[in-house]
Amino acid sequence: MVDPAGLVVCAAVLTAAGLFGTVRAAHDGRLRRRRADAGRFLSATELGGHLGERVTLVQFSTALCSSCPAARRLLRELAAATPGAAHVEIDAEARPDLVGRLDILRTPTVLVLDRHGRIVRRASGPQRRTEVVAAIEVAAAG
Amino acid sequence: MSDAFVGTPAAAVIDPRGPRFAAAVTTVVLAVSLVTGSGPLLAAQTLVFAVGALLGLRYSPYGLLYRAVLRPRLGPPEDVEDERPPRFAQAVGLGFGVLGTIGYLVGPVWLGIAACAGALAAAFLNAAFGYCLGCELYLLAVRLRGAEPDRG
Repeated sequence: MVDPAGLVVCAAVLTAAGLFGTVRAAHDGRLRRRRADAGRFLSATELGGHLGERVTLVQFSTALCSSCPAARRLLRELAAATPGAAHVEIDAEARPDLVGRLDILRTPTVLVLDRHGRIVRRASGPQRRTEVVAAIEVAAAG
Repeated sequence: MSDAFVGTPAAAVIDPRGPRFAAAVTTVVLAVSLVTGSGPLLAAQTLVFAVGALLGLRYSPYGLLYRAVLRPRLGPPEDVEDERPPRFAQAVGLGFGVLGTIGYLVGPVWLGIAACAGALAAAFLNAAFGYCLGCELYLLAVRLRGAEPDRG
């Protein structure tokens, strides 16, 4: 017993979700310069911590975020391995001010700051080691 | 403050392959429910969501199946993850499942189709891409709540 409407909806949902997932997977974790981030800075006070001497990896997380722990492990490791680098994790739920001002729509969102706190790169979703390493070099050179 | 980590200490940890397996089974069950327009089958899946959300994924039928059949063949996981995100996703699935079951069994049928389609999209994204739709929507929900004027 087949419901024709259900069959059509099922095919449409699987196709749309497959396309969405493929596009999303290609963009996730790509650290890019965003036009909207031009001229945006974060201070140590806003971060509730301190800026790295050369580069700061700011990670917005929530407790109910499935890919945040893996991002945390990767960023911690790379920050520890890079002189003058710091990793700051921010609970997005606790900081609606920053989430609103910086247009954080999903977690994890990672911002890479230079030594002045200027946002030079941004990515969301699961993080990629090669992308983070490259962004650290860009920020440290800036 | 680089020592402050969101979401720690973990309340409970699970083998991350369990929820992925459960999402694959859920995708099949929801697709069959949708194609056959079966209210009882969607009701059964909704019960599975309820157990996963209320008791935890380890006690959900798919979680038990994973541990009894697949886990012994796969060996121990390389990594464990916090149980809360997938458990939250089960709660989101429960919401869709309840609406869909009402739609199919009481009416209107379009509600059954729409809610079942929403749950299918989320389960398929999780199974195929490891993408947690409920977790993504969580921050947007928090932002909407924060946008209300009565909140500081």
